Amino acid sequence: MLEIKNLQVKLEEEDKQILKGVDLTVEAGKVHAIMGPNGSGKSTLSYVLSGKDGYEVTGGAATLEGQDILEMEPEERAAAGLFLAFQYPVEIPGVGNMTFLRTAVNAQRKARGEEEMSSTEFLKVVREKAKSLKIDAEMLKRPVNVGFSGGEKKRNEILQMAMLEPKMCILDETDSGLDVDAMKLVADGVNALRGEGRSFLVITHYQRLLDHIKPDVVHIMANGRIIKTGGPELALEVENNGYADLIEEEA
Amino acid sequence: MALPQVKQTATDARLAALSLPEGGWSRPARESALARVQAMGLPGGRDEYWKYTRPDTLTAVEAPSAAVLNVTDEAPVFGARDRLKVVFVDGVFSAEESDELALEGLTIERLAEASDIHWAKDLYGTLETNGQTPVERPLAALNTAFATDGLLIRVTGKVEKPVHLLYRHESDSSDAILHHVVKVEEGGDVTLLESGPAAARFNKVIEVDVADGAGFHHVRVQGRDHERRAATHIFGRLGTESTFKTFTLTVNGVLTRNEAVIELTGDDAAVHIAGACMGDGDFHHDDTVFVTHDAVNCESRQIFKKVLRNGATGVFQGKILVKPGAQKTDGYQISQSLLLDEDSQFLAKPELEIYADDVACSHGSTSGAIDEDGLFYLRARGVPRGTAEDLLTIAFIAEAVQEVEDESIQEEINELVAAWLGRRRG
Ligand SMILES: Nc1ncnc2c1ncn2[C@@H]1O[C@H](COP(=O)(O)OP(=O)(O)OP(=O)(O)O)[C@@H](O)[C@H]1O
Ligand SMILES: [Mg+2]
Repeated sequence: MLEIKNLQVKLEEEDKQILKGVDLTVEAGKVHAIMGPNGSGKSTLSYVLSGKDGYEVTGGAATLEGQDILEMEPEERAAAGLFLAFQYPVEIPGVGNMTFLRTAVNAQRKARGEEEMSSTEFLKVVREKAKSLKIDAEMLKRPVNVGFSGGEKKRNEILQMAMLEPKMCILDETDSGLDVDAMKLVADGVNALRGEGRSFLVITHYQRLLDHIKPDVVHIMANGRIIKTGGPELALEVENNGYADLIEEEA
Repeated sequence: MALPQVKQTATDARLAALSLPEGGWSRPARESALARVQAMGLPGGRDEYWKYTRPDTLTAVEAPSAAVLNVTDEAPVFGARDRLKVVFVDGVFSAEESDELALEGLTIERLAEASDIHWAKDLYGTLETNGQTPVERPLAALNTAFATDGLLIRVTGKVEKPVHLLYRHESDSSDAILHHVVKVEEGGDVTLLESGPAAARFNKVIEVDVADGAGFHHVRVQGRDHERRAATHIFGRLGTESTFKTFTLTVNGVLTRNEAVIELTGDDAAVHIAGACMGDGDFHHDDTVFVTHDAVNCESRQIFKKVLRNGATGVFQGKILVKPGAQKTDGYQISQSLLLDEDSQFLAKPELEIYADDVACSHGSTSGAIDEDGLFYLRARGVPRGTAEDLLTIAFIAEAVQEVEDESIQEEINELVAAWLGRRRG
């Protein structure tokens, strides 16, 4: 599904290398997790994959189902099936959440040459999905993320994911800021989307989310590289011992 | 005090080219207005109040020519609603195209035809005169003196349908001076809609007297003609517990100066003045607002949003004056511009002058580009760049558009804005 080869990225504005050769392959239908210390480059990887400005790819490649995504516009990547649940969802005053969702769903459909969703169908689907994430009607009416609590923002990300039904979902610390019940809701939301060849890359600091969303593979990222790859037990090891040993091992 | 020579010459030349209408009952008001214009002189480039906007084409003897734009790609603004339509072509009332001037809850007459004893006698030119202090507005006095047409609307009840003044511009050289008077009596409520470019050059005054407990709603969409010029004034006087809401959308027009001069004279009244403009290239848009609080517990809001690109200029001069004794005043003023490129500019002069101690007034002014984080967020969800920019632009003006109470009109406004943006994307 997603294949990243020796990806090297620096900041556009300053001469700072952030990703120093990332290799990572997520197969169709699999859930991979990335853990790693603060500042190791996890969010940068997710931004570069989704096409945010400000980064310069200095080497390597990234493909989604064989298509080179690094050359595409962010909206093209989204239409191709890539989705990023932001670590810090953006507030957009003046744009209603519903308008936003419908515009996004229909833009992607249009880009793929599919028929647009009628407003009645859209309403029905969105209400149903919002309900399962305990997002109330009032939140759907409000401007995108404006005045949402931290946890509400994260649930809103998952609602967008559920509406857009992407093939490759990157979740950047979607669990941070969530209470125990909300974490369960979000995990259920993700699990409901699992299967059908859909893949996930879950960035997290905590084992707890991975209890709910069982990963197939766990990667450890440090200093702009994947330094270790293993099974779910790797997450437990980090939880118990931290990163120091792993980083030393690598050095 | 004698006027500076340049000003004297310009004023004399302009006045010589106009003739005072016979006017019947309005004649004394017209003569007094003429005397005031002669004393003040027409605006000149050195006047402080015209620091950001050049008045020369507005005061010139002849109206600079303005090509007529035949709009074929858009449905007529407000055209689909149930309303009383009154049409002016190049500033002249068109009986043929207008509905019969009758509507339950109000009376409506032409200024040019109103008979000799008239309720409007006490109002015509009165609010305009009051609005001349502390700042002079000579173009409004010129209007009172020389207006050739207009409407006199007296509202006695809650009027169901809006009155729609539809202006059409058919001659490249038309120079229109219209003066409307609206008197909303106690408990009355009316919505006034205005649309269209009116003329190559348009000088318009509306005087609105809102009595105790009455309501006045005004939504205006100024014409799309690129070369037209307009100087408009709306003077409002608000009684106790009355409401006055006005919103203006301006797209295009080489020069627009919209002044709103509002006096809150009764306690617990509320005035909201909002505007959004979309301009590119040779576009200069000036909102000049003066709100005077002269009563207790009144609210005023000024909300102005300007979207500028390709070298366009936006101006905002807004003042809140709180007179001694106007306690519990709640004043708010915001003016913001969205600069779609680096060639455009926004000039703002917000002012507060407060002589009461128990008041809450806030004001702010900002200028900025499209929010890059918001743009990326939308694009990351699959919204193409152009659509995303349009969404953010419409979101930018939302605070002003939301001042329009009727949601279907809000939608119509947003569609006009989206169409404007769409035309620029080609
Ligand atoms: N636009 C930027 N300007 C300056 N520094 C940046 C920028 N983007 C990323 N960095 C730096 O790159 C490094 C990696 O940041 P990144 O956000 O990818 O880390 P992370 O692994 O997601 O950390 P966390 O676990 O705290 O979220 C950090 O040192 C960060 O300060
Ligand atoms: Mg991060």
